[in-house]
Amino acid sequence: MEQTTPTALSDTPVKQEKQYTYLNLGPTHPATHGIFQNVLKMDGEIIVEATPTIGYIHRAFEKLAERRPFYQITPLTDRMNYCSSPINNMGWHMTVEKFLSIEIPKRVQYLRVLIMELSRISDHIICNTIIGQDVGATTGFLYLFQYRERIYEIFEEICGARLTTNIGRIGGLERNFSDKAWDKLYKWLEDFPVAFKEFSNLLERNRIFMDRTINCGPLSPEMALAYSFSGPNLRAAGVDYDVRVMNPYSSYEEFDFVVPVGTQGDTYDRFMVRQQEMHESLRIIHQAIEKIKKEPADIFRADVPEYVLPPKEDVYNNMEALIYHFKNIMGETDIPKGEVYHSVEGGNGELGFYLISDGGRTPYRLHFRRPCFIFYQAYPEMIKGTMLSDAIITMSSMNVIAGELDA
Amino acid sequence: MEDISTEEKIITVLKEKFADDIVLVESPYAFLTVTVKPSSVLSIIRYLYDQERYQYLTTLCGIHYPDQKSIAVMYQLHNLFENKRIRLKTYLPEEKPSIPTLTTIFPAANWMERETYDFYGVNFEGHPNLKRILNVEDMTIFPLRKEYPLEDQTREDKNNTFFGR
Repeated sequence: MEQTTPTALSDTPVKQEKQYTYLNLGPTHPATHGIFQNVLKMDGEIIVEATPTIGYIHRAFEKLAERRPFYQITPLTDRMNYCSSPINNMGWHMTVEKFLSIEIPKRVQYLRVLIMELSRISDHIICNTIIGQDVGATTGFLYLFQYRERIYEIFEEICGARLTTNIGRIGGLERNFSDKAWDKLYKWLEDFPVAFKEFSNLLERNRIFMDRTINCGPLSPEMALAYSFSGPNLRAAGVDYDVRVMNPYSSYEEFDFVVPVGTQGDTYDRFMVRQQEMHESLRIIHQAIEKIKKEPADIFRADVPEYVLPPKEDVYNNMEALIYHFKNIMGETDIPKGEVYHSVEGGNGELGFYLISDGGRTPYRLHFRRPCFIFYQAYPEMIKGTMLSDAIITMSSMNVIAGELDA
Repeated sequence: MEDISTEEKIITVLKEKFADDIVLVESPYAFLTVTVKPSSVLSIIRYLYDQERYQYLTTLCGIHYPDQKSIAVMYQLHNLFENKRIRLKTYLPEEKPSIPTLTTIFPAANWMERETYDFYGVNFEGHPNLKRILNVEDMTIFPLRKEYPLEDQTREDKNNTFFGR
């Protein structure tokens, strides 16, 4: 390499060959929070170019779904955005219900809203505490995760599983909320706001945190829309698109809540939008509980025995249940032909299901609109010209979940 | 939820502008679906983007219909101003599916088209970086096509008539 070093300050330009460093960020790196790779072309600490490679945990869900009856597809949706699997499960159930024109009782709709908002909070807890973790504030991460753990305990009481929940069935829930589930929920509703307030105090107006995150990875609304962003990331950029409001499902139109929007679309705005959404989710949960109290307490599912496996003790002792068990397992139920699209507001944005049925037992084609997959392609453009450490927190504030990215 | 008059308005406008290119207009589950000829997809989407403010590309995917020897590509656009959605479908020949890229209008189409190429082999003409995205690069087949069954078809211990397709 040819190099001339000037002895004193002069106008003679320094001859120096430009050299770039290539850095592999990922596939497995603690800061990527999932298995995906970015090959960064770096000029010193400045990122010149990023080339993302994805697909490390691709599991061909769309192909698998073409061989599974509807009720067996729910566990696949669990594994997309595994931070908020109940929303995915219920989004899929609602797609099937829309397709089969099943009327859902009001109480079930409110129960679903309650569960979905709980899982939205648990999803946002992960994202926001991890932003803190990535800028060096571990306290909030360890502290608030206890309350996420307790949300999982509530899920465990409702459906028996924690992370990949497979919660609910076509037409409603598999069983009613137990008293223990309600107790845990009420206790959580008492404790969580206190801890959440403390977490907010730690970070929201923290000078170090603000200096670190404001103007980091900004996103203009034009670019956000061009890249089909959705969810909190789009709202942080200032576009108030929320599927819960635009195309209400599961009686969201009856709830009173605010859609928070940001102005700059930077890491701080994304953090703040998620913080506000957690407040709004808490409000929705309280409203849902009030609404549930007014409904008959024993309804937890619509009457659709053709699509739900009956309880085992009924199968052995009751002829009707045995018939429906047989029909479900052997696929004797008539399914209409047609195509339907349904979307829900997932933890990361518009989670859509596009289902085509040819009347067979399994979908002819099922396409998942995964918000992560769509908005992650803007990441190289967002981090161009920024520092490596900014790229890390930009990624954590986008809440990219590898399972949803790769499906 | 759906305002019928606006939906009818857009159908009328489209039929006026692109009379020869529209094959079928339907509305399954209150979702306006227009089947169009492949040659006119780009110009229709361009028109919807410029004139009717369908400026948000919700999703895009391929569908294989071996009976009709065709691969369909489905586009879903969203008009966020009036909250109207539209779905466009177009059928391409199975042997050489090829259609102009949407990346000139929507940067978001980049990865969606790569995914569709990856699984169905649809060639998006003019795409800046058309290569596989989720599968390994040296894969030679397009796995979501129906001729590739999910399980080993030589298995005799499973009767497919009982277990799905």
